[in-house]
Amino acid sequence: MIENRKYYIQIIFILVGIIFLTKLFFIQVLDSRYKLAAENNVINKVVEYPYRGLIYDRNMNIMVHNTPVYDIMVVPKEVQVEDTTKFISLFDITEEDFTERIQKAKRYSYIKQSLFYPQLSNEEFAKIQDELVSYQGFYPIARTVRKYPEPVLANGLGYIGEISKRQLTKDTLNYYQSGDFIGISGVEASYEEELRGKRGVKYKLVNVRGIEKGSFNDGAFDTLSVPGNNLVSSIDLPLQKYAEYLMQDKVGSIVAIEPSTGEILAMVSSPSYNPNDLTGRKYSSNFGRLNQDTLKPLFNRPIQAQYRPGSVFKLVQSLIALQEGVVQPSTRIVCNRGIINCHGAHTKEDLHGAIKFSCNPYFYQTFKRIIQQGKEDNMNKDARIGLNLWDDYLHKFGFGRRLGIDIPNEGKGMIPAPTYYDRYYGKDHWNFYTIYSLSIGEGELLTTPLQVANLASILANRGYFIRPHLVKGIDTPDSYLKLDFEKEEVGVNPEHFTTVVDAMAEIVEGTARVARVDGIEICGKTGTVQNKDSYDHSAFMCFAPKETPKIALSVYVENAGWGGGVAAAISGLLVEKYVKGEVSPNRAWVENYVMSKAYLNNL
Amino acid sequence: MARQDSLWNRVDWLLISIFFALVILGWLNIYAVVYDEEQVQNIFSFDLNSGKQLVFIAGSIVIIIAIMILDFKFFDSFAYYLYAGVIILLVLVLIFGTEIAGNKSWFTLGAIRLQPSEFAKFTTALALAKYFSNRTVRLDRFNEQIKASLWVLIPIGLIVLQGDVGTAMVFLSFIFVYYREGLPTFYLITGISAAVIFILTLMVNQVYLLIGLGIIGVILIGFNYKKLRNVMLIVAGVILVAGVILSVDYTVSNVLKPHQQNRLKALINPDADPLGYGWNVTQSKIAIGSGGTFGKGFLEGTQTKFDFVPEQSTDFIFCTIGEEHGWIGSLILVFLFMALMLRIVFIAERQKSNFARIYGYCVASIFFIHFGINIGMTIGLFPVAGIPLPFFSYGGSSLWSFTILLFTLIKLDAHRMQVLMR
Repeated sequence: MIENRKYYIQIIFILVGIIFLTKLFFIQVLDSRYKLAAENNVINKVVEYPYRGLIYDRNMNIMVHNTPVYDIMVVPKEVQVEDTTKFISLFDITEEDFTERIQKAKRYSYIKQSLFYPQLSNEEFAKIQDELVSYQGFYPIARTVRKYPEPVLANGLGYIGEISKRQLTKDTLNYYQSGDFIGISGVEASYEEELRGKRGVKYKLVNVRGIEKGSFNDGAFDTLSVPGNNLVSSIDLPLQKYAEYLMQDKVGSIVAIEPSTGEILAMVSSPSYNPNDLTGRKYSSNFGRLNQDTLKPLFNRPIQAQYRPGSVFKLVQSLIALQEGVVQPSTRIVCNRGIINCHGAHTKEDLHGAIKFSCNPYFYQTFKRIIQQGKEDNMNKDARIGLNLWDDYLHKFGFGRRLGIDIPNEGKGMIPAPTYYDRYYGKDHWNFYTIYSLSIGEGELLTTPLQVANLASILANRGYFIRPHLVKGIDTPDSYLKLDFEKEEVGVNPEHFTTVVDAMAEIVEGTARVARVDGIEICGKTGTVQNKDSYDHSAFMCFAPKETPKIALSVYVENAGWGGGVAAAISGLLVEKYVKGEVSPNRAWVENYVMSKAYLNNL
Repeated sequence: MARQDSLWNRVDWLLISIFFALVILGWLNIYAVVYDEEQVQNIFSFDLNSGKQLVFIAGSIVIIIAIMILDFKFFDSFAYYLYAGVIILLVLVLIFGTEIAGNKSWFTLGAIRLQPSEFAKFTTALALAKYFSNRTVRLDRFNEQIKASLWVLIPIGLIVLQGDVGTAMVFLSFIFVYYREGLPTFYLITGISAAVIFILTLMVNQVYLLIGLGIIGVILIGFNYKKLRNVMLIVAGVILVAGVILSVDYTVSNVLKPHQQNRLKALINPDADPLGYGWNVTQSKIAIGSGGTFGKGFLEGTQTKFDFVPEQSTDFIFCTIGEEHGWIGSLILVFLFMALMLRIVFIAERQKSNFARIYGYCVASIFFIHFGINIGMTIGLFPVAGIPLPFFSYGGSSLWSFTILLFTLIKLDAHRMQVLMR
């Protein structure tokens, strides 16, 4: 019996071998799940994010580029931190914070890496780089974020951010994935398709810590990422910087346009923010702060703020009246201050004088002649025809509608249509006497600074404008594509502009002398936007030089008093800076005058 | 010289061939683990584990020569002294030992680390062989069973005190030797059943196990209902097993250390925490399973090469074979180990001296338990226990201790004809 036991023992040995081979047959031959799991283990689909396109100014100075940031990843299993105090000082975090971050990583996985500290800047990373290598289990991963060498034009350029759920569902072509960055405002948003480039995919073999160990299948399934196209902006960086400098401590906006092309040379929204604040790690905290700021730094005033145009509007009234033939350059009208108040010493001016002195009664009468042309016997019905006609002109001048600037959220302004008054007074229960305040740019009128700058452009061009825009060309790797923007005629003959422009030239010699620049003939018009309860807004629009205009602009400074003051001063400085390249020393006092004003206190 | 010549002719070349086959395959396999495509190094490079393993292999050849030169009677004569010496070392290591990975099993002498429990396998085997060969041990008697079992229980106790449950488990394999030498079958069946019940309890819901147990009990009573004594025995047996089943849960959650608990949990359901305690078993099975029928080819494995499998040069070395050589490779490996163990049993059975025969069974049992636990844990049939796969796992001490075990048997076998003349 005992002798048989040697067989039993051998049978047990063999039995175990058979059990193993059977189990191995199941997991190796029959079950394909393990092969899939193995592939998931080692084949890492790495999305190669393309470099987002750069943005240059008109002279090919870099305005926006990409800069590397470093995410610090952690593999909890490998972490060896002997001196926690020293380690946390590298990251400027508390000990509890450190423990919590490690715990969070552990909850995700002991072996796989997860994010420990996001988006260290190049400088921050350089500081800790040498120290970091002595701590096991921490790995830096490089990514890029937007960087603005000059912190200007924040609202115009816009910012990028993580794509929202709503945008993802709208993306029917499935270009985007959760976590992708997308242009949210400004140029970043409107030129998103040019800037974003094309994502590439690489299938890489990785080891257990996600460290690359070569390409899968020799890269047969890989696609290269294609960098985004670079944009050439119309902005003149020195002018933009100077304009923002002048607007310090003021609320308002500046728009400067090259009249012949519609290219925006400078666009200031004040107060603004440093665009670098809305990149990288501090995006959300900074965004929250900016969003709650009572001065609304995220509000893009040049295209979104709407003011009553005031006296600036008298230029438009003149042109319409001349085109309609209801007023001649020589037409004199008594300055009857009984119907509407006026200012300055004058009694009975022709059109030239009326513009120069900004004579309210003159334009009261002019507007009346436009509105009440006597085409109908019923005065109310006649006013309706007149207002429709007037509205058509204004529409052509770019008022009451979006000009179509190439960034989102442009405001329309407000030009009241007959139906608007119908609603208030009943159909045909109104006429010129109801709406006369429109004649001097008050009443229900609202215009944006962009529209007013565009008006300056129309005057400079004597009758047309080109749609204002911030981007003039797209620089692809193999070609430069110049963007075309349509030209729009305003329907006023060029000869009618002579009187108006001549009068504007004299304004700078008179009421707005502060804007005068030696050697440059500036044609301008002050505008004072009256406010009931606080200081008036100072507004000024101009173009220069008179004969071969290079720049047209509008300046709005809120609560800064009358138009011939700060706004005119800023305009003059900007014209000089742009046309001559710098402000002459003998006009340093103007700059000092502008810089001494901090109208934020007037709010 | 004539004597040397005859020794050359008398050694068992089949067993030696199996030994070299395993050692060389193991060496190539260690190279496959450390192989790095981006930085290809020679298999002989001493920077790599494969180069170091080659040194260990050279060392084991020196050991082989030494064993062959020794007088074969040395092992018999010095068995107790060697055993006693190692037991002393096992005690001393508890006091003076260095703790590594929670186990206080090592002596550190400068650069050299010595693990007395590795040698305890060999000396216990010798001592058992001598104990059983010197007298007629009546293993059917309870007091003799107790006495005989002390040879094994003492080292087990000391090694468990070190915290090294894996190595202690190896000594349980000597139950085959006791069985071969007359221990009642009941013990072997009980032992194996206990192990099976323990693992089943972990993997199957207790309720189903108890129902199954009840059914088996009723059937057995059905066959034996005429003998009251048998019925009582069966009822007692059923209650005992039910108690074991119920107590396993308590043992797992209250007696075992957390890392041991996790090893058991990983066996039951590695998917519950595949990135945590289930990682080893999950990744090990993925590596082996991804090999398919024919494997990915030598040096082509990705799971092992990229460190997904833990302890891949040592305890989980089988993963590399499974991944790179597939089921066919695993089959060859299992066949080689079967051949090794069956050949050892064959050799043991042809011995004229009891000492050599019993020693042979000890060797077979040790190889069997290492093979069984190591492969079992990599494919999820056994909890993770840190014991090496003979001749494959990287490391000098394990290679040398298995070489000593095996070649002492070959030496004894070569002299089997001389025993009669004594």
